Parts: sequence; C-alpha cells; structure tokens
Amino acid sequence: MCAVKQPTTRTAPAYTEFHPRWYRPQVSVYWWLFQRQYLKFILRELSSVFVAAFVVITLLQLNALRNGPEAYARFQQWLQTPAAIALNVVSFCFVVFHAITWFNLAPSAMAVRLRGKPLPDFMVAAPNYAVWLVVSGAVAWLVLR
Amino acid sequence: MERQSNEAFFWTLFSAGGVIAAILIPVHIFLFGLAFPLGWLPAPSYEHMMALVRLPVVRIYLFVLCSLPLFHWAHRFRYTLFDGLQVKHLNEVIFTLCYGGAVVGTVLAGYLLWNMG
Repeated sequence: MCAVKQPTTRTAPAYTEFHPRWYRPQVSVYWWLFQRQYLKFILRELSSVFVAAFVVITLLQLNALRNGPEAYARFQQWLQTPAAIALNVVSFCFVVFHAITWFNLAPSAMAVRLRGKPLPDFMVAAPNYAVWLVVSGAVAWLVLR
Repeated sequence: MERQSNEAFFWTLFSAGGVIAAILIPVHIFLFGLAFPLGWLPAPSYEHMMALVRLPVVRIYLFVLCSLPLFHWAHRFRYTLFDGLQVKHLNEVIFTLCYGGAVVGTVLAGYLLWNMG
C-alpha cells in the first residue's frame, strides 16, 4: 500500500515560498445535518428517491396487470406484506412533504398583484392546494367507481 | 461563441415532473399502497382495473405519471449526490446513471402501456 500522502493543491508548491495559498475551506460531508433549514433541504431533495420508488412499484403493478388475474392477485398480496406497507408509509410522508414544499414555492416563483397590491403568500399557494384536492378526489372516484 | 447549456431543458423536465409528482402521486400511494392493502377501502377488481387501463386517455395519463416524475428524480438525485455527498468527480457517471434510469423507466412504461391488450 502507498503510505505516502500525495501532495495536494492545498500545500504551497516548493518552488517558491511566496506562492499564494488556495483558500479552500473543507466542508464536512455532513454539513446538512446540523441546521434545520439544511436538513429540510436535503430531506426535500431525498423525497425524489421515493418518487422514483413509486414509479418502480407502479410499473411492477402494470406488469402484473398485463400478466393476468393471478399475477395481479399475487402482486396485491405482496403489497400487503409489512415491508411493502412500511415502504409506502415512508413514501407517502415524503411525497406529501414534496407536495407541500412544492406548492408553497409558488409565491416565491411569481408575485401576484391584485389592484396594485401584492397578494399574501397563502393566497398565491391556495390554488395549488385546491387543484390537489380536486384532482385527488377525481382519481379516487375513477378508481373506486 | 459560448456553448449553449442544456440545463434549461433538464430543468423544465424536473419542474414538470415536480408538479405531476406533487399533485398525483400522494393519492396514488394512499389508494394503492395503503388504503387497498390495509382494507381501509374496497380494492377495485382486476376487471375494473383492466377496463380503466384499456382507455387510451388513462394510458397517456399513466405514461406521464411514470415518465415525468422519473426526470424529476434524476435532476434532484443528481444534485443531492453532487452537493450532499460532494462526489463532484463522478459527475458524468452520476448524470448518465440518473438520466439513463429515467429514460429506461420511460421506455418500460411505454412498452407496458402499449402492450396492455
């Protein structure tokens, strides 16, 4: 094994003692763990992993549907296993977190004015929640009909 | 002349996928992942599901529901690895894996829905 540490750009080169030192503060890999806002940011970004997991499960479900009633019944049984329920509980929490943070971005993305006065933030975000409710209701109605 | 960046294109996919994911995925996970398996609501029959999936508009809906959120994931996950874990030297590999995964998922969704019968 190579025990000698390779010289990095952080140490000044040998040919002159007046070479400027690079200012490169080392940031810990865990920089996001110790502040609520940073943690929230990383959790929000991680919600995308559960979005992808949902797509994978949906593709598997479509494949089961295509393979006939027995395959579909087997897949429904798998969805009842504790592991699948646990994954879906965590996914649901993350996806709702994504939805809320996404909807609440609307007031930052666009400044809506009514008669020259800026609308309060919750009035700009509110239509998102209305659409969310209506669309969720419509999907549930179509599936449960 | 400056080289044009593709960032706007990928950001548009990310943003469209974010809207789809926020509005549609919670109700899907609630119904198919929790309410039906746990017996909170009566699960739809195989026949009813097939009748729905046979409708072209439902197939287009499911294609969009699968594809755009994958591009949303690709963008976010790429930058999570980039910023969170600081693996900047693997940028090209991560880019290829993330967007490659999204393309593979999109092709699979298209294949499944096209051949649903």
